[in-house]
Amino acid sequence: MAELEKTFALHVPSSTENLAMIRDFVSKIGAMAGLDEREVMKLELAVDEACANVIEHAYGMDNSKEVKVRAVLDADKIQIDIVDTGQSFNPGGVRQLNLEELVAQRKNGGLGLRLIKSIMDDVHYQIVPGEKNELRMIKRLKR
Amino acid sequence: MPNAFTVLRSEQNRVVVLTLDGYLDAHTAPQFEKAIQDEHAGGRNQIAVDCQHLTYISSAGLGVFMSFIEEIRAAGGDIKLAGIVPKVYQVFEVLGFPALFDIVDDVPTALHHFAEGIGTPE
Repeated sequence: MAELEKTFALHVPSSTENLAMIRDFVSKIGAMAGLDEREVMKLELAVDEACANVIEHAYGMDNSKEVKVRAVLDADKIQIDIVDTGQSFNPGGVRQLNLEELVAQRKNGGLGLRLIKSIMDDVHYQIVPGEKNELRMIKRLKR
Repeated sequence: MPNAFTVLRSEQNRVVVLTLDGYLDAHTAPQFEKAIQDEHAGGRNQIAVDCQHLTYISSAGLGVFMSFIEEIRAAGGDIKLAGIVPKVYQVFEVLGFPALFDIVDDVPTALHHFAEGIGTPE
């Protein structure tokens, strides 16, 4: 019998203080999906990075805004969507960088994106002009 | 809630040892940044960071190491990382830290490396 899809959501004010709550939420999703401790931490990290980018760059540290995290869990994958209504970004490409370039990327959230792309199997960024930005990340489960 | 973070400071053989405990993320990274900044501003550039109680790091934390390493090496010092647990080490690995930083098993090894001038990658 096919396992039902389960959807979970967390909405928090846009503040780095709430990253801990977001990681806690993601950690529970990861555990529910049967990931081991290391994999759970990587999932937490990918979502933390995505949300930190939203808080710092899309919303420019404006804590009156809201960060929305949605997790959809089924038998084959964990899908996490991060939705914001702030400033969009250009996700660009990811290649190996030297230290100087890494230092430069630190300032614009590029490091976080490198981590996200190395952890998740599928990363898709969608801009709906004047409405929202949505980062969809998928982690496939090995059964 | 997993968001506690502290930096403890001590000095051993003229090396500053910063002991990190807890979660180093975008919220807590400014605290660590200030700790490193204070040492560098005070001319203390031999810094060992004890990571054995560091349970989590995100790019904001990694960024602190990267933004100071060149200045600190230019001043004749180094930042050495000690005792990183495997779960956290995997994050350092993704960004290629093992090729850029002197990463050792524990603080005594870091002190030994400072004393002998070992392990600073070019």
